[in-house]
Amino acid sequence: MVSFSGSTAVAGIGATEFSKQSGRSELQLAAEAVSAALDDAGLTPSDVDGLVTYTQDANDEIAVAREVGIGDLSFFSRVHYGGGAACGTVLHAAMAVATGVAETVVCYRAFNERSGRRFGQPDARIGGEPSSQGLEMSWHVPYGLMTPAAWVAMFAQRYMHAYGVTSEDFGRVAVAMRRHASTNPAAWFYQRPITLEEHQASRWIVEPLHLLDCCQESDGAVALVVTSAERARDLRRSPVLITGAAQGAGAGQMMMTSYYRDDMTGLPEMGVVGGRLWEQSGLGPSDVQTAILYDHFTPFVLTQLEELGFCGRGEARDFVAGGGIEIDGHLPVNPHGGQLGEAYIHGMNGIAEAVRQIRGTSVNQVSGVHNVLVTAGTGVPTSGLILSAE
Amino acid sequence: MTAGTGAAEGGTFHERLTALAERRIEMGEVRGVAAADPVNLPMIRHWTDAIGDANPLYTDPEAAEGGVHGEIVAPPAMIQVWSMPGVRRSGRQVSTPVDDVLRMLDENGHTGVVATNCEQTYHRYVRLGERPVPATRFAGLSGPKRTALGEGYFVTWNVTWYAGDEPVATMLFRVLKFRPREREEVPPPKPATINAAPRAPYLLRPATPMDDAARTPDPPKTVTAMDDAAPRAPYPLRPAVNRDTEFFWEGVAKGELRIQKCAGCGELRHPPGPVCPSCRSADRTYVVAGGEGEVYSYVVHHHPPVPGRETPFVVAVVELPEGVRMVGNVTECASSEVGIGMPVRVTYRQMDDELTLPMWIPREA
Repeated sequence: MVSFSGSTAVAGIGATEFSKQSGRSELQLAAEAVSAALDDAGLTPSDVDGLVTYTQDANDEIAVAREVGIGDLSFFSRVHYGGGAACGTVLHAAMAVATGVAETVVCYRAFNERSGRRFGQPDARIGGEPSSQGLEMSWHVPYGLMTPAAWVAMFAQRYMHAYGVTSEDFGRVAVAMRRHASTNPAAWFYQRPITLEEHQASRWIVEPLHLLDCCQESDGAVALVVTSAERARDLRRSPVLITGAAQGAGAGQMMMTSYYRDDMTGLPEMGVVGGRLWEQSGLGPSDVQTAILYDHFTPFVLTQLEELGFCGRGEARDFVAGGGIEIDGHLPVNPHGGQLGEAYIHGMNGIAEAVRQIRGTSVNQVSGVHNVLVTAGTGVPTSGLILSAE
Repeated sequence: MTAGTGAAEGGTFHERLTALAERRIEMGEVRGVAAADPVNLPMIRHWTDAIGDANPLYTDPEAAEGGVHGEIVAPPAMIQVWSMPGVRRSGRQVSTPVDDVLRMLDENGHTGVVATNCEQTYHRYVRLGERPVPATRFAGLSGPKRTALGEGYFVTWNVTWYAGDEPVATMLFRVLKFRPREREEVPPPKPATINAAPRAPYLLRPATPMDDAARTPDPPKTVTAMDDAAPRAPYPLRPAVNRDTEFFWEGVAKGELRIQKCAGCGELRHPPGPVCPSCRSADRTYVVAGGEGEVYSYVVHHHPPVPGRETPFVVAVVELPEGVRMVGNVTECASSEVGIGMPVRVTYRQMDDELTLPMWIPREA
């Protein structure tokens, strides 16, 4: 059986600036990020023969190829389920490279999520079509349960009830992310840390979530170059090995409203991903020096720590207490500031940070990083990665 | 082409509209045509009779002479009546600074109009023989706003009526010009037919400012569209319904909360689906739930605004003793009273002429 684990690598990363109004089209953002990633890798557009993005991305692979000057493509693929696609794009790319379907695949995500279509705004149309997803939404949207914050808040309330978790526990995640972002010049919230009191004082969005439990909305793009580890060794940057890559959906899964499973306090789909990652890599939580955990909303950062085995069920509140996930804690999470602090690029910016942590080039570098775990969108069918140094 | 609209042909509709609105604001107040007839007793008599105002100071010369005004005066709320252009608009017309803004909205598909605000201030009574002259000032444009009726712009203007150079009354008038929701886009669920008197929202057909006035000859009302009109408008958050789910919505329309039951193995399932995951049977029936449940989890939605809803509102996952969960709103209690484990029972709320939703209200444990 062909395996991509250890034989494929991320060879380049590229990004645009992160803003609230890019002032240019999403296609331009995509092209800029892809070109930057190729420059970083020391490759040219003609080296690329595969492209992968999200089903939600508005830029077709062929359109990006035209803008960047990429020639023939032998592989193109899309990953579904919103931000759950992030690490899945790398999985698809790695599979293509490992099987010889393609040699150099670029994964990208580009959007004007703040100045264009904002995911946080209610859209009455999402329940309107009798597709499987439209019907799924139709059990929720008529009641006004129709924003990502609300969908997540429903899980968060039950989680709080089950384990005695408080809003302040969620707030500690936000404080950590904003602390990290405050020393990252690329972050939107550069030099703007927050206190727990500010978190508590921020207005309700959907109880139990305050404004500062919700990630920002951003314009921008990120791209990643995936190729074989062997080839990556000859390129400009030290290879960042793909040790593990997995997608996961759980039994009884819905897009973001999996309220009908026995338990509402976990993320079974992330459990699927975690199990696969540890199995592929032969690693465990103690082998990871820093983690990039998807943080569109604070509560699921706690759930992920439990689901991935960094702590036991219901113990994440203690794990994050006292700065446990801050840069100097026992598991630094999102040293770039995450989506709460750096930018919301649908998880793709987190993968880029993982690459920098392995390379040792992050502005908030964690010492002695050998393995980084990365996750994608939570509450949805999702994906994850373990990236490693040689 | 109307004057001025050619200056900013480039840009998005919003940019062009905003540019036009800015130019119209700069125009300031534009005087219209004086009342066709002087303020007169026959018209006052008809109007007060229709309204039911028996105050003799408006109609009885003797009473008026002995009253505070010393002569007949018109009811202040009649002020719009005097300058109305008439149904056929046969008299001389002067365009107002509002006309081409409304026209531009019409041409862009914002053909719906609902009057949201009308506030009048009376400076003095108008006397017989005076001929009020309306003057219109474009006051502002805001939008696009997503409303229960559809996406639209709020357009605001002021009218001042002058007798000679003296202002006698002023009015703020605001309409929402909206793009009506396309019914094809969101088909209503088949089953929802409920007997209830349809309630007409305070809707007007596309109109110019003076048209609006023409169709509201009664005393001006203040209508707050989002508070008042929204529940009467078609409820915007409609479920998609197909053959696998229509039994549920048919049940709701009849006041039954139905749970899918597999005809093969008897398993209950919500949300329903076409094939039983336990025994593969596609034969389905349903049971009617007892209508009681407990809150399993819940949220209180504050922000952002949700079409067709007033915030805050509560949405809960309700666990039924039958062994399934359903999502719905908890109503008829303060959001602070809702908690996990709270006993609730189902009720039904008609959202518009076609859609009924199950709702949950507190019950004694």
